Amino acid sequence: MTSLVVLLTLPLVAALAVLALPERRREPLGLLTVAIGLVAALTLAASVWRSGPVLLTLGGWTPPLGIALRADGLAVALILMSALVMSAVALAARFEMRATRVGPRAAFGFWVLMALLWGALNAVYVSRDLFNLYVGIELLSLAAVALVALSGTAKALAAALRYMIFALVGSVLYLAGVVLTYAAHGVLDIGLLAARMPAESDALALGLMTAGLLAKTALFPFHVWLPTAHAAAPAPASALLSALVPKASFLILIRLWFEAMPDLASSAAVMMLAVLGSIAVIWGGVLALVQSRLKLIVAYSTVAQLGYLFLIFPLAGGGGSVQPWSAGAWTGAMFLALSHGLAKAAMFLAAGICIAAVGSDRLGDLRGLVRHLPMTVAALALAAITLAGLPPSGGFTAKYLLMTSALAAGQWPLALVLVGGGLLAAAYLYRPMAALFAREARIAPRPVPRIWQAVPLTLAASAILLGLFSATPFDLLQIGRPEPAEEGL
Amino acid sequence: MSAALPVLILLTSLVPAGVTFFLAQDSHSLRNGLNLGGAILKLGLIGWMLFSVAGGASYEAILPLAPGLVMLLRVDALALLFISLSATLWFLTTIYAIAYFGTKAELSRFFGFFSLCVAATTGLALSGSLISFFIFFELLTLSTWPLVAHKQDKPSLSAARLYLVYALPGSAALLWAIIWLESATGPVLFTDPPDLSVLEPGALRAIFALFIIGVGVKAAIVPLHGWLPAAMAAPAPVSALLHAVAVVKAGAFGVVRIIYDVFGAANVVALGVGVPLAVLASATIIWGSLRALQQDEIKKRLAFSTVSQVSYIVLGAALASPLAMIGGLVHLIHQGLMKITLFFCAGIYDERAGVRTIAGLNGLGPRMPWTSACFSLGALGMIGLPPLAGFVSKFYLGLGGLDAGAPWVLGVLVASTLLNAAYFLPLLYRLWFLPAAEDATGDERAPALVGPAVVTALATLGVGLLAASPISPLGWATLIVTREYGP
Repeated sequence: MTSLVVLLTLPLVAALAVLALPERRREPLGLLTVAIGLVAALTLAASVWRSGPVLLTLGGWTPPLGIALRADGLAVALILMSALVMSAVALAARFEMRATRVGPRAAFGFWVLMALLWGALNAVYVSRDLFNLYVGIELLSLAAVALVALSGTAKALAAALRYMIFALVGSVLYLAGVVLTYAAHGVLDIGLLAARMPAESDALALGLMTAGLLAKTALFPFHVWLPTAHAAAPAPASALLSALVPKASFLILIRLWFEAMPDLASSAAVMMLAVLGSIAVIWGGVLALVQSRLKLIVAYSTVAQLGYLFLIFPLAGGGGSVQPWSAGAWTGAMFLALSHGLAKAAMFLAAGICIAAVGSDRLGDLRGLVRHLPMTVAALALAAITLAGLPPSGGFTAKYLLMTSALAAGQWPLALVLVGGGLLAAAYLYRPMAALFAREARIAPRPVPRIWQAVPLTLAASAILLGLFSATPFDLLQIGRPEPAEEGL
Repeated sequence: MSAALPVLILLTSLVPAGVTFFLAQDSHSLRNGLNLGGAILKLGLIGWMLFSVAGGASYEAILPLAPGLVMLLRVDALALLFISLSATLWFLTTIYAIAYFGTKAELSRFFGFFSLCVAATTGLALSGSLISFFIFFELLTLSTWPLVAHKQDKPSLSAARLYLVYALPGSAALLWAIIWLESATGPVLFTDPPDLSVLEPGALRAIFALFIIGVGVKAAIVPLHGWLPAAMAAPAPVSALLHAVAVVKAGAFGVVRIIYDVFGAANVVALGVGVPLAVLASATIIWGSLRALQQDEIKKRLAFSTVSQVSYIVLGAALASPLAMIGGLVHLIHQGLMKITLFFCAGIYDERAGVRTIAGLNGLGPRMPWTSACFSLGALGMIGLPPLAGFVSKFYLGLGGLDAGAPWVLGVLVASTLLNAAYFLPLLYRLWFLPAAEDATGDERAPALVGPAVVTALATLGVGLLAASPISPLGWATLIVTREYGP
């Protein structure tokens, strides 16, 4: 319980403290914050593992009077993954976001925004109230937009503006849906909504909220803001934006569809989401294939990887009645969210190292870097294995679970998307790998500290370990799992 | 102990691999000690296990990953056949590679991936479930890429890319087949054949075809063989490993597992998929030999010869008769011994005499007698001259063909033998009977290169001469077939 409170308040306190403290204290404070946060996340996970979901009612008021927070297996897995990514980003930012490198404004802003972003993420992960979730996701979007604009170049500002338009429209749509729900039922708590009397406006409300969240999650065709925004930010910020931010709006979608209003899921609606997801997998992959800059390839890969997550809607519970062990699509998608978070953060941080070494992320300029940055190239390779869903990795476990459900449920076109998307990912990630592995170098690289290089390698290795030791995270995700996750929508 | 042993065997390669990556380039003795030490330890463990498994023991270790996703390592007689080969040849190839590379650059990377590749082969051999087989199959694909690309020049990189262009779609087909099958029958363990009656025969045939495409890429079955001749751009020790134990053998081993432990020989016959596969294997045998005839580069000729020879194993498995299966299994070992001898020698000719083409072999025999003698033994074995290793394989395959009611197999074997002779004998003629060119050079002052070749060449002779003994590959293959797949 204490650890949950720490996770929610510590980042916000840290954000304020960074504002107040002198420059030389900023970095130690940031590192201390992520260290405490990581310990709190581990403690919370241990407590959920031992004794089930942790409930917290603010001020002791139970819903509908008060607001409930609940850390179930899924929330705590995301909290833990975010804490890991945050720690890695903080360590990398020590080198990358120095005032001498990026200017005093960006160096100062980064630590504040990172802390705010973290607080907002944790709040979204555990909130059980639709309006509370709105507040969380709004804070998250604002911090994210500011991170995109951090470098202050015209390109970055344009990308940030585009992102903000999508994010704001998304917020308005989501809020409209919340208002409709409140008008019809007078409650916004997810648990109470699940037991509500169905109202006519429910379908419209769910549709509005879903549309708003899709814009924030960058599902095709709302993905157009994502690649430029993620590529324009400094690498540690890109890592946060790509690995963590879309997971928050996706989680709210899961809460809405699987917990609050599972009765509204028509087969046409869930298929629609899966079709958009499938298009995102293919289209994101194809666009990643034609990029000539590493960060853009990685950013388009996020579009594709987010697409996989939406296969959860028709597949959850797929074939579960026939083969009990195949009802793993829900868990599979969550595995994908976790391993993608780790691997994508590793990739962006590794891209940041490449940029620090040769001053560019054009594939031609990266040639021959394997000689000078073997650990960074290894990190990219391990992350690529996870993203392409090759064993042994968290991405493979995810793909295996999703594909088993798809074939058991007779949804072979979706299985084809999973396999095809994997091959496409291997193809677009092969290009940077081949460039890095070439013999002749075009630019003599500047030296990069080994500790900095170890950061993305550790993250990428943890994405692999997630697949090698997947039994424990699998069981953790089952704690407090909603019933429709097993039976299907 | 019984659970620890398979894991321990895997670790003898995996630990050296993991540590080697982090060693400095110039810590030669530590790196060599680590890799050779791992190889020797592994040989010891396997030797000990050969005795206990012959006595009927079996070992297994289980690591559940997720429901239905079980990593199962299990030592049975077939697994032992394959890991004995891979452990022996790993040891010899490591000695050879240390001498071959000397103090060249990027050795920690090379030996790291080299050991990882062997670890993947070991895991694949020990896999007791389809999904663990797939995991190691993919680990093998990935760990081989940096080896093929090792020289980092254009031909190596494009060969490495071609390798993945073939291998990754192949893996996708394999994964599809596995999940299709398992989504109907539940997780497949090799000890416990799945109940196939829940699927339509048509679906089963499609699954079988997907399986064969998946492993067929690695086994270089025509028309999925294009990557293999290109991959000879890799350094000689890599080619030796690739052609003798690691990649193509993994594919052939996969075919055996799929036919005998997943579908079962009886079902393969009942579904009518054995004969088409046997025909495909025969076509590969002939086509590979024909293409070998046209090559002027020694390594390329050997590569096409591999395409042809590996399909003997596939043919033996596809015929689904006990004698043919013995022939196929024994060829798994025999081809490995012969082909690694030939590649070792090709590497020595390249390193010590600068010879890469067939014309360059003229008169090299007297100048490099040990190497040329080994090369000749390997080549004659491939042709199938009694009492060398290749003869034993062909003899059993022929008997098996008759046994399975497919006498045309004899025709394939005769044609293949003639073709083998046609593309190997001219080389021997050039080595021993033609005069050397004026400016020819070449010596054998590299015992660590020649030694391993001599050992494998003698083994080629030994396994043929001692074929009747129970500890010979033939004896072991017979034990596997009679004990585990017997009628």
